[in-house]
Amino acid sequence: MKTLHTLLAAAVCTAAIATPLQAHRLWMLPSTTIVSGDDDWVTFDAAASNDLFFPDHQPLRAEPAVVQPDGTPGKVENMHIGQYRSNFDLHMTQKGTYKIVIRNGGVMGSFKVNGVEQRLPRGTTADKLATAIPAGATDVKLGETLSRNEVFVTSGAPTETVFKPSGEGLELVPVTHPNDLVAGEAATFKLIADGKPAANIEVTVIPGGSRYRSSVNEVTLKTDAQGQVSVTWPGAGMYWMSASASAPSTAIPNAEKRMSYTTVLEVLQP
Amino acid sequence: MNLSHRLIFTGLPVAGLAAGMPAFAQTMDVAVTVPRLSVAEYHRPYVAIFIEGNGTPAKTLSVWYDVKKAKNEGRKWLNEVRSWWRASGRTNAFVSDGTSGATRAPGVQSMSFSSAKLGLKPGQYTLVVEAARETGGREVLRVPFTWPAKPGQSARAAGKTELGTVAVTFKP
Repeated sequence: MKTLHTLLAAAVCTAAIATPLQAHRLWMLPSTTIVSGDDDWVTFDAAASNDLFFPDHQPLRAEPAVVQPDGTPGKVENMHIGQYRSNFDLHMTQKGTYKIVIRNGGVMGSFKVNGVEQRLPRGTTADKLATAIPAGATDVKLGETLSRNEVFVTSGAPTETVFKPSGEGLELVPVTHPNDLVAGEAATFKLIADGKPAANIEVTVIPGGSRYRSSVNEVTLKTDAQGQVSVTWPGAGMYWMSASASAPSTAIPNAEKRMSYTTVLEVLQP
Repeated sequence: MNLSHRLIFTGLPVAGLAAGMPAFAQTMDVAVTVPRLSVAEYHRPYVAIFIEGNGTPAKTLSVWYDVKKAKNEGRKWLNEVRSWWRASGRTNAFVSDGTSGATRAPGVQSMSFSSAKLGLKPGQYTLVVEAARETGGREVLRVPFTWPAKPGQSARAAGKTELGTVAVTFKP
């Protein structure tokens, strides 16, 4: 059986590829992030689109995972996948902060067989590479991706159990809790990449409602040496925040791992 | 008896001490005017009255909401009294600390808080009154004060939409 290393050694040229950027922005938009009832629900819209938060392209198709305030897995309910957006509900039976998350990891790339370029099928994972790339393939270009899309909602007082990092990919750790954001106040977030501070990476913040303005009002920031970034919210509303970083892949030799982290944050009036 | 020594140390006027009047206020009276509004669908506002400042956690004095609703459903909208919810409400202390009560009708609503109940260390504070009304808006009024206060001192703030006047008076 050919191992991945054998295949790559046989390739004339193996190179890291620049994995393409998301053409559209994926978002999960909660109806609220702050709940005070004892037996309350939050409903979410989820879609991939350019304008925030205007669904006009593709719905989210995967069912998100839920981490409850006590750290145990929960589930979304009533998920419906529509034409342009999906919708699902969360029943908040515990007090504290819930995390709703979509995690996607895989390998992207291309290779040539008899001079004809072929792309790796969608959803290829590192363990399937040996069979995905035929013997004799040349110009093998591979890249690993790991994206995380998370949103947080809190019933009662905010808690931090759900922020416990997995140590894999880009993750957010609160300095300021994501459900404690107020217009005019600076919020600080810490990003970690594979468990270590994600220093000097780019973070983009875009306010929702771009359909009703002429300018996107996108703000680009950089994390400091500790992986921290500070955002002062110009007004109340929903914001989309996303960061990306690269690191050498550990699963695939000579390849780059492109990591991303995206979240939607609610900012309230003082 | 040491009375004459006390007079010299504290410098209080003899008349004042003889009348038994304390140097500082022992009671804080708060009068909140719930405005009478002419709207098609009127609901009594959710109101929170709390004290913040001096580096201490916010202290709720009174919360008016739909306490009697079955299954505590009235709590669902408490987070709309946003400043209060963030400062204190979300800790859920209001559930059992005796500060909760029913919503109140338009008019002047008066309350009195003793020094012991307030339990404030000396310093600068703000009394915050926040109202949120179903199918209506939200308004926050802030009245700064110094503690301990002198008897007879008073302060007020005037609301524009969801609150009328908030008057704070310090009594002996």
